[in-house]
Amino acid sequence: MLASIDELQALLERQLYIADRGLATSLFLALKLQRPLLLEGEAGVGKTEIAKVLAAAFDAPLIRLQCYEGLDVSQAAYEWNYARQLLEIRLMEAGGTVDRQAAARELFDARFLLKRPLLHALSGDNARRPVLLIDELDRADEEFEGFLLEFLADYQITVPELGTIRAETPPIVVITSNRTRELHDALKRRCLYFWIDLPDFDKELRIVTAKVPQAPRRLAEQATAFVQQLRAAELYKQAGISETLDWVAALVALDRVELDPAVVDETLGILVKNQEDLQAVRGDKGAHLEELVERATKG
Amino acid sequence: MSALFRNLVRFGRLLHAAGLGVPAGRMIDVASALDHIDIGHRTDFYFTLRGLLVHRRQDLPVFDEMFRAFWREPRQRPPNNLRAMGRQRSLGRPEVVLTGTAPDDEARDLPETDRVRPAQIAATSYSAQDALRAKDFAEFTDDELREARRIVAAMRWDLGRRRTWRRRRNEGSEPDLRRVARENIRYGGEPLRVPTRGRASKPRPLVIIADVSGSMERYARMLLHFIYSVAEGERRVEAFVFATRFTRITGEIARHGVRDAPLVARHVPDWGGGTRIGDAVRTFNVQWARRVVSRGAIVLLISDGWDRGDPDMLGREMARLQRSCRRLIWLNPLLGAPGYQPLTRGMQAALRFVDDFLPAHNITSLEALAAHLQGVSAR
Repeated sequence: MLASIDELQALLERQLYIADRGLATSLFLALKLQRPLLLEGEAGVGKTEIAKVLAAAFDAPLIRLQCYEGLDVSQAAYEWNYARQLLEIRLMEAGGTVDRQAAARELFDARFLLKRPLLHALSGDNARRPVLLIDELDRADEEFEGFLLEFLADYQITVPELGTIRAETPPIVVITSNRTRELHDALKRRCLYFWIDLPDFDKELRIVTAKVPQAPRRLAEQATAFVQQLRAAELYKQAGISETLDWVAALVALDRVELDPAVVDETLGILVKNQEDLQAVRGDKGAHLEELVERATKG
Repeated sequence: MSALFRNLVRFGRLLHAAGLGVPAGRMIDVASALDHIDIGHRTDFYFTLRGLLVHRRQDLPVFDEMFRAFWREPRQRPPNNLRAMGRQRSLGRPEVVLTGTAPDDEARDLPETDRVRPAQIAATSYSAQDALRAKDFAEFTDDELREARRIVAAMRWDLGRRRTWRRRRNEGSEPDLRRVARENIRYGGEPLRVPTRGRASKPRPLVIIADVSGSMERYARMLLHFIYSVAEGERRVEAFVFATRFTRITGEIARHGVRDAPLVARHVPDWGGGTRIGDAVRTFNVQWARRVVSRGAIVLLISDGWDRGDPDMLGREMARLQRSCRRLIWLNPLLGAPGYQPLTRGMQAALRFVDDFLPAHNITSLEALAAHLQGVSAR
């Protein structure tokens, strides 16, 4: 499929995703070596986006598993369809006597298996490798990581009643984590690892102009400069790229061609979503905010 | 074996010496990965190695240094003190050596009540052990310190458990449909037996933030032992210390046993310096709170409240900390002294946002703390 890293980078760019060389290399190898790619980084740097973009670029189905505390096998991998199983027993009874051995064989058949995201991801064929996004794995319990080990190492799932289900073609796996806790080493060893940094001015400007093309150049530059300044300040929660994009889109919707303190103040809630941070950015009677806007518009 | 592969293996050993865990066989992965890229392209080569050999953000700088040293100038020998570089990575700046006694000028800064030690507490004790229990940590001799450590190490800490969202078999009363179906086939599908499942529970996580500045020095060592004893077992304990700077010592505590407690002191860059409690709490709030104060954590802040920073900021940050945890407990060794009043402006500002304000100056007070924590969790 792909011959080089450059090709992959170009492919991503056509999907409006600006990946730097490091990310493109890791991704390229993940595809070639058929290994999961583990992405870490602050919220809003485009970790989840990369999976969506990959799916779109390869015209492959995107299967998403959103992790949360308490996630277990029945929600992540498979579950038996009990209602149908019990109904089936009734039908057997209606048809005559039930032979226990035969019933058990019948009832634990693939027909009664409900596929959840992980199992779905194993049913791809050669033409289309599905993209499996395991999002925010740090939110799931450590026990769940244990379960994932088998899946990630061999792309297979063992259902005790049925046997082992293996993928003909392994899915492309992207795992993201916000580092609310450290993931287990055994899991990390199976993956390629990449830390996505918040972008510098040039990269962020490229992203803004690619994703919000209708924004005037001047506005895009000023808005990017403003966000970069915000990140330099020590806030509880830093604005991610997605916030920048939302903000620029909002400014465009308001027909702005450049920044001024009033409009920044009105729309600040898109960038900064924390009361203390809002106060810190605005400063005393908005003085700090004016200063920031002035610096962003001067450069 | 090709020259490149030999070099890769050597590089792997270097990383290992520097403290980066490189699993056995990983270099074979790297070698096969290199088949897919253009080795002449230095950046690609770098990211290929990095993607497969580094798994934690904090290891990136060490890797970069090693990579530069090893792959840039093949003729030059890599720096020979790699092990030291690795140590530096994991432990910060390891130069400060713990002296043991507080310098005199620090003692002068202490409030009057801290220097005048109450005798009446000891007078009410009977046996030697009881006397030890009531004695202020600051007045321990080395022998007493050893004995006290033994007692503290034997103390049992129960912070209670919290319910998780994960479900487990045979707990609770919710029918476990998977097993209902499976186990009742033998009765022709009649649900005669109803296996159950329910929410499991886990020990509540604990976060300890301890002040090790000059005025706390005589307590700090004992309190470190206290941290060790709490951290033992399956419970998740995150530990931090601060004086002028803020340092996470969770890793050190996990690595060294209780015996090596003083070692940790050596790895904390500013042990015994001045304090800005507000800055420390702010650093914690910004950098760590989101990562470690989740899932119903209890936070213990250990400090004498002798703050040289901005009291308003301390108040603000304490308010935030209290909102993000389940219970915020301030342990103050000075509280053991009769007549002590938390009058410093910093303490005044902070106390409004503290759930419990408790002494921690002798073993009895630690035992009281253990009992209190048990009470908290039962609620």
